[in-house]
Amino acid sequence: MSTMLEISGLHVSYGAIQALHGVDLKVEEGQIVTLIGSNGAGKSTTLRAVSGLLKPVSGTITFHGQRIDGMKAHDIVRLGISQAPEGRGVFANMTVAENLDLGAYVRDDKAGIASDMERSLDLFPRLRERLQQKAGTLSGGEQQMLAIGRALLARPKLLLLDEPSLGLAPQVVATIFQILRDINKSGTTILLVEQNAHMALEVAHRGYVLEVGRVVLSDDAKVLAQSDEVRKHYLGVG
Amino acid sequence: MTKLLQTLMDGVSVGSLYALIALGYTMVYGILKFINFAHSDIFMLGAWVSFTLATLMGWTSDAPWIAGPAVICGSMLICGTIGFVIERLAYRPLRAAPRINVLITAIGVSLFLENVGQLEYVFGTRPQRMPSLLPDTVLASVAGVSIRLVDVLVIGIAFSLMGALEYLVFSTKLGRAMRAVSHDLKTASLMGIDVDRVISITFIIGSSLAAAAGFLTAAKYPSINQPAHSNWILFGLKAFVAAVVGGIGNVRGAMAGGLMIGLVEMFGAAFFSPNLRDVYVFTLLIVVLLIKPDGLLGRATVEKV
Repeated sequence: MSTMLEISGLHVSYGAIQALHGVDLKVEEGQIVTLIGSNGAGKSTTLRAVSGLLKPVSGTITFHGQRIDGMKAHDIVRLGISQAPEGRGVFANMTVAENLDLGAYVRDDKAGIASDMERSLDLFPRLRERLQQKAGTLSGGEQQMLAIGRALLARPKLLLLDEPSLGLAPQVVATIFQILRDINKSGTTILLVEQNAHMALEVAHRGYVLEVGRVVLSDDAKVLAQSDEVRKHYLGVG
Repeated sequence: MTKLLQTLMDGVSVGSLYALIALGYTMVYGILKFINFAHSDIFMLGAWVSFTLATLMGWTSDAPWIAGPAVICGSMLICGTIGFVIERLAYRPLRAAPRINVLITAIGVSLFLENVGQLEYVFGTRPQRMPSLLPDTVLASVAGVSIRLVDVLVIGIAFSLMGALEYLVFSTKLGRAMRAVSHDLKTASLMGIDVDRVISITFIIGSSLAAAAGFLTAAKYPSINQPAHSNWILFGLKAFVAAVVGGIGNVRGAMAGGLMIGLVEMFGAAFFSPNLRDVYVFTLLIVVLLIKPDGLLGRATVEKV
């Protein structure tokens, strides 16, 4: 197993406010790695830095050994990292089909796009029924499915997911997490940011706990789920 | 009946000029959410560059048939480049700045263009007469209305350009990227869209459409006012009103708004008083804003959280 993504000593600021104080994190190829923590811990900031939406103050991000910090967001997508952003970010006044097409923006292989489109629609049959509908008319869960399906159309090696469970009914969350497992089994590495620590640690191989911009714990997901620290603060038991 | 048809013709003809300019306002607003005040100056440049090109080529009388197409293309190319340079030098460095800074910069760019245009060795401060590159023939007379070639060309060219833009925006990959960028810059970049490139292209397209309007205006009304003349600003302002009436940020709205403004202005002038033509336009603006603040085709944005 080789390291796909490595973040070390990552510092990120929003103006005068520092959000990350030296985050270190590794994602091994083929795994689901989750980043849990409370609101404002810096989870989304970490993902945005990986995607190139934020420029780190210091620290490095490497993808398959290549430095990507400081690269433009659209070039990072071309390397094989795509993100379903927080709040889904679907293009509300475009149709579901147009949204999915945009996911494949960086690709030119028509046949490959068509077969990946089928795959995304097989994963999320609800989207197939709504292909010609404006994305803004979808329910929250459907929009989340669209955001994930769209991110998959870039055929990413690494899929970044920012709080896919946010604001969704427990049943929908369960469906989506089951699908994440399937996506991972078919070979896509996933870095998952979640506040729903319970669900996240259940699907993940490895977990990191973030508190005010620092990694305070990291271990196998199963071990983390059993640790007193995590049980008390993030799982609400013990 | 004759007057009605004649006015209809005039309205559509002027309206399509407004529409061409309105497209530039609305496309830039749709993506960057600011009013590009320098846009009416690009329109002015379009006319003056056309005049200069025609003069340089010696096409002052008995111009060959190629003159018209060559000049309009040349003017669109040059003004498109100017639009690209303005965005690159004046607006892009302010991408992360508050919107008011960009707005004031746009006013600065507008004043800059007007004053540079007045320099003696640029266009000067005297009005000029556009050489007639298109034969001023009357094609036909229908029910007493003389159909002039220039009006047919103005309408024909304006509608073809709008058709081409409509196709670009709604049926091509680039158009999809433009709409994505206009919805949200950051999410668009997560799709792998080079946002800076799309913005540059938007400015090039908007500016060359304004230049086409400049050429067509000079062909229709051959006396070209000096670069800082208030008529340019007023014409640009009406085009801006057209964009707002149609729903700013909406490409189809800008086309519809332009035609509507042209028709209202011409019908008002023909059937009430020609002195109040500006009043009709701005009254229409007020009425539309009162009834439908987002413009005729604009939609209040509803987003699920």
